[in-house]
Amino acid sequence: MAEATASLSSAAQPAAPSFGDRMFQALTSRLVIIVPYLWLLLFFLIPFVIVFRISLSQTAIAMPPYTPVFSLQDGLAAFFDQLRELNFDNYVWLTEDPLYFNAYVSSVWIAAVSTFFALLVGYPVAYGMARAPAAWRPTLLMLVILPFWTSFLIRVYAWMGILKPEGLLNQLLLSLNVIDTPLLIMNTHTAIFIGIVYSYLPFMILPLYSALEKMDYSLIEAAQDLGCTPISAFWKITFPLSLPGVIAGCMLVFIPAVGEFVIPDLLGGSQTLMIGKTLWNEFFANRDWPVSSAVAVILLLLLIVPIMIFQFAQARAQEQGR
Amino acid sequence: MSTWTRFNIVSVVLGFAFLYLPIVLLIIYSFNDSKLVTVWGGFSTRWYGELFRNQGLMDAAWVTLRVGFISATVATVLGTLAALALTRYTRFRGRVLFSGMVFAPLVMPEVITGLSLLLLFVAVGLDRGFFTVTLAHITFTMCFVAVVVQARLMSFDRSLEEAAMDLGAPPVKTFFQVTLPVILPAIISGWMLAFTLSLDDLVIASFASGPGATTLPMKIYSQVRLGVTPEINAACTLMIAVVAAGVLIASVVNKRREVQRQRDEQAALRLG
Repeated sequence: MAEATASLSSAAQPAAPSFGDRMFQALTSRLVIIVPYLWLLLFFLIPFVIVFRISLSQTAIAMPPYTPVFSLQDGLAAFFDQLRELNFDNYVWLTEDPLYFNAYVSSVWIAAVSTFFALLVGYPVAYGMARAPAAWRPTLLMLVILPFWTSFLIRVYAWMGILKPEGLLNQLLLSLNVIDTPLLIMNTHTAIFIGIVYSYLPFMILPLYSALEKMDYSLIEAAQDLGCTPISAFWKITFPLSLPGVIAGCMLVFIPAVGEFVIPDLLGGSQTLMIGKTLWNEFFANRDWPVSSAVAVILLLLLIVPIMIFQFAQARAQEQGR
Repeated sequence: MSTWTRFNIVSVVLGFAFLYLPIVLLIIYSFNDSKLVTVWGGFSTRWYGELFRNQGLMDAAWVTLRVGFISATVATVLGTLAALALTRYTRFRGRVLFSGMVFAPLVMPEVITGLSLLLLFVAVGLDRGFFTVTLAHITFTMCFVAVVVQARLMSFDRSLEEAAMDLGAPPVKTFFQVTLPVILPAIISGWMLAFTLSLDDLVIASFASGPGATTLPMKIYSQVRLGVTPEINAACTLMIAVVAAGVLIASVVNKRREVQRQRDEQAALRLG
């Protein structure tokens, strides 16, 4: 499209640009696409191919600690030989050891529960913001984004001081005589839920806010004039209209939460099983690169559907924005 | 039209309390004199002094700042190009794959990105260290820059560019004299976002880094695992202060620019 306008406008010009100029322009418009494209191919897509390749190799006591597969160095015949010897042991191993299966299930479960609570907490905030006086909104929006600028690690760490048995929450509750014995929240699933909801809340609020702000509120007035109670007007009009925001927000929380490492590691203690933590331990503690690659491949397969939903929603928003 | 109702005030206030209370508590307790982090022992700045004497932390902070600066700058260039490619060229071979590769890293679990980059570096025989962390950070932050700049480009009035080109400006000149000034605020906030993401990142850096290139989050993480310490509280408070100052300056500059622009427009109208 830009090229079309470019050629149109150059035709309208009194002096036609020289051949060199046109070559330069054609080249720059290609470079705009090619440079980021190549970068992402090299550093995003190819690494996944390598992960997949190594997940099919065998653990070896060497550096790098796996046996090579699919190398074309020995010619095509050797390549087909290797194809026959392909090794799915790592995947078999993942299905045989209940540890991994449980880690996947509990990751999805924890992420789903946290997403639900993030929606529960985020929706009223986003709603309140969207219906606040227009002059307030930029400030409120800024206040939601601001915590996102402070380190993720710091925000999780802040909760460690609050949730631990002798922490600030228990001190407060004990001094108010609400409880007699300290609550044990740290190193439980509850701590992980709190950590995920807290850390990802801005991701939930922002798409919800942008969906709710665009909404035409005279629709609700109309519904109420026609006899709808405020609650049924909410469920019949506000919520369905904010659904794109709900989907985007839930995906933005759910997908990264499934593979979360820092929160379960710092708040969940040693008993919690989450797949991001399993992958990390498999890699850094056991130094088993093929198995951790296999864990990553399956995690990716698990997330492909939600990622596709997210991509689809993004593409649609982009189309509408045009 | 819209006014504050009681429900809206309560939900917004509670939401913001939840978002800010933990950070505020962390900052308060960084000024705690007691070594026991959760017992208040009076006001003191001794942990800040300890912090600056901690050579390991200082080295890590320096590495982090350099990685952040280089990677944010390269990522801003690449991300802006990617945003231009996505908004201006609706049709090219592999566009679906390209937009997929731009949006996927936004939600990709960090452990996967980190592991895959590490395996790439090992496969091509690159020694892990400062350089590889920087490459990794460029890759995942450029996508955030692309999204921010793309949003600005979509609301951009294309007739400005067409007018410039009708008046004889070649496309490259049009870009630098018309398009770039308009999308500059988005590019700047993209840079800042990339910089803070790089400063924050623990997981990808842990995979991509090697000996001698320990970043601040890696250092903090290794200490935090052993428990909460007042020194780390102080380090976190300083990091928050740096970021808050950056965001504040950026918003003031933006506001000024906005006021200036409105003044210019009014002046232009009066002249016209």
